Amino acid sequence: MTLARRIIPCLDVDAGRVVKGVEFAGLRDMGDPEELAARYNREGADELILLDITASRDGRGTFLETVRRVAQQLNIPFTAGGGIRRLEDGNAVLRAGADKVTVNTAAVERPELLSELAAQFGSQAVVLSMDVKKMDAGWEVFIRGGAESSGRDAAAWAREGVARGAGEILLTSIDRDGTCGGFDCGLTAAIAAQVSVPVIASGGAKTFEDFLAVFGKGRADAALAASIFHTAEHSIGALKGYLAGRGVPVRLSR
Amino acid sequence: MVCIVDYGAGNLPSVERALRSLGAETACVARPEQIAAASALILPGVGHFSAFVTGLRERNLTTALREALAGGIPVLGICLGLQAMFSSSAEAPGERGLDLIHENVQALPANVKSPHIGWNQLRRLRTSILLREIPGDAYFYFAHSYAAAANEPHTAAACDHGFPFAAVVEKNNMMAVQFHPEKSGEAGSRVLRNFLEWAQ
Repeated sequence: MTLARRIIPCLDVDAGRVVKGVEFAGLRDMGDPEELAARYNREGADELILLDITASRDGRGTFLETVRRVAQQLNIPFTAGGGIRRLEDGNAVLRAGADKVTVNTAAVERPELLSELAAQFGSQAVVLSMDVKKMDAGWEVFIRGGAESSGRDAAAWAREGVARGAGEILLTSIDRDGTCGGFDCGLTAAIAAQVSVPVIASGGAKTFEDFLAVFGKGRADAALAASIFHTAEHSIGALKGYLAGRGVPVRLSR
Repeated sequence: MVCIVDYGAGNLPSVERALRSLGAETACVARPEQIAAASALILPGVGHFSAFVTGLRERNLTTALREALAGGIPVLGICLGLQAMFSSSAEAPGERGLDLIHENVQALPANVKSPHIGWNQLRRLRTSILLREIPGDAYFYFAHSYAAAANEPHTAAACDHGFPFAAVVEKNNMMAVQFHPEKSGEAGSRVLRNFLEWAQ
């Protein structure tokens, strides 16, 4: 009896469509969010994350409608975020059917947001998303979709975020995101060692071996990927079968 | 009618959708007389123990719930809905739960990751109504930082995370699960179906 390592497909959405960028730029249409959500639910995904990558005020209604439609397709946990700036924004995505809300830039700018969300919805519903880039001085947190340095050290921010009420950390390596160069296991292990909450590794997944590595030396509790699942390059079932065969505890029965 | 108790902070839509997909007639209720008239009750739960007990109190639902339970109406507590059946919780010292099981809910120990988030398996302590025809190695989705010790006779199945805690509680007409059946895929759906069939 062990807590299973989770495989989490991520849907980056823009104006009601799933898109995929390379290193945070250059968007490509990847399909309909409802169809992809239904497919992942069927294939044995352990959870689904939906991110509003444009996160504009104007597009808010469209995003909430997407959250509502995607929620209808799922009997697995569902996290939504992108552009969550206030308690009310978090409330809106949870009311639309998400189980957890993820925050990124707004939490860096106003860390109290994490405490407010955790007090209202519980830590288990609050996911701190961090976009991290390797700099000369160490791993640094970037904001605004990776465009701007926050000046914060990744490990220190992870610790503060958890102290303020985050119940999970979604850790994205900007250096690896969309590159298919494999997860940044060094970064993931470094952050996992700093916090008492689960860490979801993100950025760079390409091969089955990448997942095996991030659950091993990367010490990740969960691993997220987007394009390799969207393009059906890998099925979630085949990935889990591979991991189970190598001793990683995964949920095979549905 | 299966009535989902709306105390103001639960994850009602996903629970309701899961029950309806199994053919159940459901309603979300927030008034004492609706609780008394229910054929079965669901106590969903997300959030803080104190939000739960104050939510019930402010809506004058505490007494109605205790009476319904004493009168034999089948009830299923989910996550916080399980914890609320106990006397109290370390999450909200001083707040009183429904006190149907005279024990306390504890924080998960510091030597394990908390919240306990993700899919885990169960250890069955005895024959369970809710787990009927579900494979022994099935996984269920948990998301919680507090739990009740897996004491018998009320605990039908335990899960281990820091300590053995009550994952499935079955005591007369009172049933509860610490995991989220509405988020636990096919196995979770089967738990809800087992409850509905038993409650009929």
